[in-house]
Amino acid sequence: MSHPIQAAEFLQDQAKSKWHDETLWFVRDKRDKISKSVPEWENLRDLASQIKDNVLANLGKYLEEFEKNAKANNIHVHWAKDAEEHNRIVLGILQEKRCKAIVKSKSILTEECHLNPYLEKNGVEVVDTDLGERIVQFLNQAPSHIVLPAIHLKKKDISEIFHEKLHTEKGNEDPDYLTHAARIHLREKFLSAKVAITGVNFGVAETGEFVVCTNEGNADMGVHLADVHIACMGIEKIIPKRAHLGVFLRLLARSATGQSVTNYTSHFRSPSPGKEIHIVLVDNGRTAQLARPKFKNSLKCIRCGACMNTCPIYRRSGGFSYESTVPGPIGSILSPGIDLQKHSSLPFASTLCGSCTDVCPVKINIHEQLYEWRQEITKAQPDRAKSLAMKIANGVFAVPFAYNLSGNMMRGALKILPDSITYSGLNTWGKQRDLPELPKESFKDWYKKNRK
Amino acid sequence: MPENKKHIALFIPCYVDQFYPKVAIATLELLEKLGCQVTYPMGQTCCGQPMANAGYERDTVATTKHFIRIFKDFDYVVAPSGSCVLHVKEHAPAIAGMEKEQSELHDKIFELTEFLTDVLKIENIKGSFPHRVGYHASCHGQRGLRLSASSELNQTPFNKAKQLMVNLEGLEWVELKRKDECCGFGGTFAVSEEALSIQMGKDRLADHQAQQVEILTGGDMSCIMHLQGIAKRNGNPIQFKHIAEILNEAIS
Repeated sequence: MSHPIQAAEFLQDQAKSKWHDETLWFVRDKRDKISKSVPEWENLRDLASQIKDNVLANLGKYLEEFEKNAKANNIHVHWAKDAEEHNRIVLGILQEKRCKAIVKSKSILTEECHLNPYLEKNGVEVVDTDLGERIVQFLNQAPSHIVLPAIHLKKKDISEIFHEKLHTEKGNEDPDYLTHAARIHLREKFLSAKVAITGVNFGVAETGEFVVCTNEGNADMGVHLADVHIACMGIEKIIPKRAHLGVFLRLLARSATGQSVTNYTSHFRSPSPGKEIHIVLVDNGRTAQLARPKFKNSLKCIRCGACMNTCPIYRRSGGFSYESTVPGPIGSILSPGIDLQKHSSLPFASTLCGSCTDVCPVKINIHEQLYEWRQEITKAQPDRAKSLAMKIANGVFAVPFAYNLSGNMMRGALKILPDSITYSGLNTWGKQRDLPELPKESFKDWYKKNRK
Repeated sequence: MPENKKHIALFIPCYVDQFYPKVAIATLELLEKLGCQVTYPMGQTCCGQPMANAGYERDTVATTKHFIRIFKDFDYVVAPSGSCVLHVKEHAPAIAGMEKEQSELHDKIFELTEFLTDVLKIENIKGSFPHRVGYHASCHGQRGLRLSASSELNQTPFNKAKQLMVNLEGLEWVELKRKDECCGFGGTFAVSEEALSIQMGKDRLADHQAQQVEILTGGDMSCIMHLQGIAKRNGNPIQFKHIAEILNEAIS
């Protein structure tokens, strides 16, 4: 299915889609307020963007530096060219440790690699320990938002699923009560897991350490109780120096949720005696994106989710409407690089309003890349023009006046609107909107009479 | 030579020419009242934006060449549309052999309100417009041309349209709850994502209605055409005017 169909379905439940819009707007508004409390906010964004420019221009160098320093810290470093290799590496470590159950804190990369189903297929129980992720895992769903995985669900939904899975009281929707139940449930899982998997927010080349940010402390709880910590990291998460963390950490939580900093910002540098840390560095299409000059800036993303919260489309269509691991504006510029055919409707799921670009803490020109993907997609899908023309048929561009538009414009327009002038069926514009009243004469006619 | 004695070309977007001649007339009359010498080059067609935003920028080379030829000899080009001006500046394809003319055009083409505030240096306009007015900031004017401060950015507040209107006698300027949220027009988006487009439009209208707006105005008729179309279909009594119409009426 394509985005317009999914979006229309999401909008069927008017009350829920309104609530979704308002909830995410509330987060966006918090972000606005806190970002304005930092006088140097725009300078920080510039700086973060420039640091990432340097990273992308020297990615190989920083990754090798990171590997060298991490190894010196007794971290095992693995390289995965794609999702499959990543999953095999993780499974290999688990099999070596004879581990049948793991706990995992939030990692969009492991979602991208579809690690959970792979491990489950191979007999490993996976427990997502981020509360929102645990909720969607109970429902066998993917996260609908990269920071707020269960934002598409309401208290009532969560009460129902907890009643079924955790035997909480039927109908009890009290957040404290439900959170407490989740805590007891997760604590058992933490205590029994030999291996903990986390994502990585930042890998520091200079020191070989990496940083994981959470609000719930679940990454730390998992890692400190387990013997083995496997950290899965996209290769673009590298930053050159520890000092650069000061820039990114100030931007990340403020952009994501309007907090000044995440509750837990945990640095992992070397394993405790008797324990192991493994880091899996994953490409999975990133170097291909790096080779696309118009789109490589998308790799600056620090996964804050601010572009989702601000996007008037995302807020009203929900994360699932994008049918990609990373939804929203940033997902719409990352996903076509992975599978152009599958994700071809995403760059068109935008009015190019530009709000995503203005909230982005690392200044990715998201809406400009959406525009550029459109240019690529129309080359790859020649039939697109025809279907678009059908939709526009009888609408704004197809009034008889259009004949008056002379010369070059019509020659250009006819390429994409071949049937629109004569086609008289579906009128998508007019389904829920009136057309403007047609004036007696065009401005051109008026001008001829009145000014010359 | 004072700026208003220079030779100004009026660029009227194709759909404004066809659907909203009154907006084009208001723009022309307003500039004339402010002492400008304005010509409407008759050969003008379209800037090519509908095709480019749909993914066919490469098919607008001839349109762009024509546009440059039509407007290259004027001192300024002024249009009552932020969206079309942004397209000319940022998305029209580079034309080989016309680099100089194209680059000069980018520097001399202006959306109407920015031409008034930045080139003519008008602090505010004297006149009367006793109505409660809500301003719809079109995204391309807002975040493309930076016609007012964006709510997303940490910057000193400014708003070129407000600057021009706020001192008009009797005008009540309304602050919206979401001052620069998109209306959902988005060119072909309006039909390719019809359900979302309509919902976004309804939500924008509701914000204006909640503040008891009498007249909704803005710098882009494309947004207004969309919002007005939804309002009319739903029997919403709110009125719509381009900012050029308000300023032109206010002065007379």
